[in-house]
Amino acid sequence: MSLPHPELNHDGPPGEPRRGFLTQILAAGIGLLVGAVPAVSGLAFFLDPLLRTKKGSGGDGFLKMPVALDALEINGEPQLVKVIMDKVDAWNTYLQQPVGAVFLRRTDKDKIVAFNSRCPHLGCAVDYKSAEKHYYCPCHTSTFALDGTQQNKIPPRDLDSLDVEIRNGTEVWLKFQNFRATTPDKIPVAST
Amino acid sequence: MLLRLAERVGYVERSTRNYFNMNALITWLDDRTGLKKLMHEALYENIPGGSRWRYVWGSTLIFTFSVQMITGVFLAMAYAPSTTTAWESVYHIQHHMQFGWLVRGLHHFSAQAMTVLLALHLMQVIIDGAYRAPREVNFWLGLILMQIVLGLGLTGYLLPWDQKGFYATQVSTEIMGAAPVIGPQSQIVAQGGPQYGHHTLTRFFTMHVMVLPALMIAFLVLHIAVFRRHGITVPDPDRAPNATFWPDQVLKDAVACLAILSTVLALTIWKGAELSAPADPSEPFSAARPEWYFLFLFQFLRFEWVEHVTKGPAFGAIYAPGALMALVVAMPIIGRWRAGHVFNVCAIFALMLGIAGLTGLALYNDSRDPDFLASVNEAHRDGERIRELAERPAGIPIEGAISLMRSDPKTQGPRIFARNCAPCHRFDGHDGTGREIVKIVKKGDGTEERIVEKPTATDLGNFGSPEWIKAIITDFKGTFAALENVKDKDNPNAVAESSKHFLEGEMASWSTSHAQRWRVKENEPALSDLVAFLYSQGQRPGAAGMPDEASKRGRQIFETGKLPVGDFESNCLDCHSLQPIGEDKLLGEVGAGPSLTNYAGDRWLREFLQNPGHEKFYGSSNAMPAFGERLTEKELDLLVRWMVGNND
Repeated sequence: MSLPHPELNHDGPPGEPRRGFLTQILAAGIGLLVGAVPAVSGLAFFLDPLLRTKKGSGGDGFLKMPVALDALEINGEPQLVKVIMDKVDAWNTYLQQPVGAVFLRRTDKDKIVAFNSRCPHLGCAVDYKSAEKHYYCPCHTSTFALDGTQQNKIPPRDLDSLDVEIRNGTEVWLKFQNFRATTPDKIPVAST
Repeated sequence: MLLRLAERVGYVERSTRNYFNMNALITWLDDRTGLKKLMHEALYENIPGGSRWRYVWGSTLIFTFSVQMITGVFLAMAYAPSTTTAWESVYHIQHHMQFGWLVRGLHHFSAQAMTVLLALHLMQVIIDGAYRAPREVNFWLGLILMQIVLGLGLTGYLLPWDQKGFYATQVSTEIMGAAPVIGPQSQIVAQGGPQYGHHTLTRFFTMHVMVLPALMIAFLVLHIAVFRRHGITVPDPDRAPNATFWPDQVLKDAVACLAILSTVLALTIWKGAELSAPADPSEPFSAARPEWYFLFLFQFLRFEWVEHVTKGPAFGAIYAPGALMALVVAMPIIGRWRAGHVFNVCAIFALMLGIAGLTGLALYNDSRDPDFLASVNEAHRDGERIRELAERPAGIPIEGAISLMRSDPKTQGPRIFARNCAPCHRFDGHDGTGREIVKIVKKGDGTEERIVEKPTATDLGNFGSPEWIKAIITDFKGTFAALENVKDKDNPNAVAESSKHFLEGEMASWSTSHAQRWRVKENEPALSDLVAFLYSQGQRPGAAGMPDEASKRGRQIFETGKLPVGDFESNCLDCHSLQPIGEDKLLGEVGAGPSLTNYAGDRWLREFLQNPGHEKFYGSSNAMPAFGERLTEKELDLLVRWMVGNND
């Protein structure tokens, strides 16, 4: 918009070119300013998800799972269990909603291994195939061994293991987290 | 790097000083797009007689429309049109999202600025005779744009789904329904059903963000194209040397836009875009008014003669504005004659004056209407209260924010009081919601007078508080003085028997005969101890954390009647009964005077309201209706919780 336009100043009086230049600078400057105010405000508003300061969730982040320790057989098949927790979605708080699923497998009397059922490749839900005794992703055929290690080159990393604790003898407590797909490292995704 | 690449392929000439050669790039682009000619046409439009401030109105309208487009697109990314999410998403935008208040404020106030600028632009065009041949068609295009802008204002007002927008827009759609022939059908179509609901919002939203803006852009392109074809209307081409649009007129336009933007920003920062309480079709909203630029129509519809012309609002809201609009449409034709132009200028001034006058009258009437002012106050209170409720940890439930309002004692209590208790009682002199109880009396000369109705029962503004308990003990007659306004059925000058039970009853005479004791300085702490004891029995939230010692001493006085100076002639327990909190044994006997167990607390008040004539309350001397049957359980709960101060 602020292109110099030499023809314009040719027929003006001698003082004109300088005044014309000043007018151009002012016109362009003020024009940009009045346009920038709504545009920049709108952009900052649009970037709210990035600029937002997160609220601390409180507690240690562990959830009690709706399954008792005894329901899991030692060295049995992994059990797919839904993770139920409060979910904040913009202005609403949904109480006790399923927010994901985890595979739980008891490997010893007091030891449980947990995997997030999201495939680290591109986030599809992983199945367990009991015939082959491995985890299998129906989207792009990622496979993982019972201990979660990747068995082909499709996923970027092993299945995402989660922290589990056995409390009061029979309760299974889990720290549920989602991780970014596609990366070789486990990078947590903010829950809300 | 790009520059190097461009140089290598020969698109950019290598300059001696080896920096970016703008002209070469422009030439390259121009060869392929005709950019230079386009820019030249856009920027170097000739303005005979030089740039002038009076030409800025069109540009400011384009500017405000651009602001609306930009802010509107961003707002639409956070808005959710349905009856349980519209208000909630706007609330989230306003109070939780970064700069949400700013973007919404810009959108809200720019919309209003646009209406003002529209009126100024129209007046400018008519005064300068810019509608005359060959510019008639462009004048009509402008009028179409004006309708679109008003349509945008109307549809946008509903979208926050707050009480204000909901009730104001309902008037508009009712007017639509009053239109001849297809009125009722078009109303149903516009609303997406016979009543307001999800589809009213989805339809208004689509109109507001797609249909009307698309039409606006289409007509704006036509408007500007035709304007450029005929050039600017110059009243005085010889007043100064010719100039071009860029940069002379652009600077003036930009400064005007800056002034508008500053005003809009100032309003956004100091006033802010209002969001009243969420829309509730079951809750009347007497503060409903259209957006201020439609107030003149609102006022016009309030004249009785307007309503009588067609036995309905069709004349005032459709025919009369339609006829005026037709007059404006005909102005280019009328203006062909010199006298016609003068007539047009006079007509537009008269019209604007009329609009200003009606708007002023509407504002004036509202400013001296106590009911309207009370409603506005109530609306503000509700707006603040919903914010408190929405900020609680549980947040906004999925049923929508309105469910918070409906189950809130602090909001509903005063309304239930106003409907059920205020016919006899008052609350700090008003009906609980802030309105006076008045009757309108027509005087001999035809004028009306508002007379404040006398209460016939006690003012309950401080019911159950320590002050209330103290007043009952020390000045029973004064506390219940309003009962004197209940007159005998047969003798309007005599106080009714039912009131005498109280005003000349045992408690009244006890209070009178003991009044002297409370004036003794040594007895002052005893009184406050006694009050503390009775108040603690109500277990109100206000009593939490009060010292136990005082109420223990108060209990001694309550049971024994012993004062530092001059004991009670008859003890409280001689007439009243009381089962102290957490104890099994009832002190005294149920019968003579009202039970003081949990006095003025949640349980006491609940049982009392259900049946004040029960033997443990007023018994046979009761004159108050029982509300057990009149109020639903939920209403009783909300009323009681509000009155005892348990609003959480």
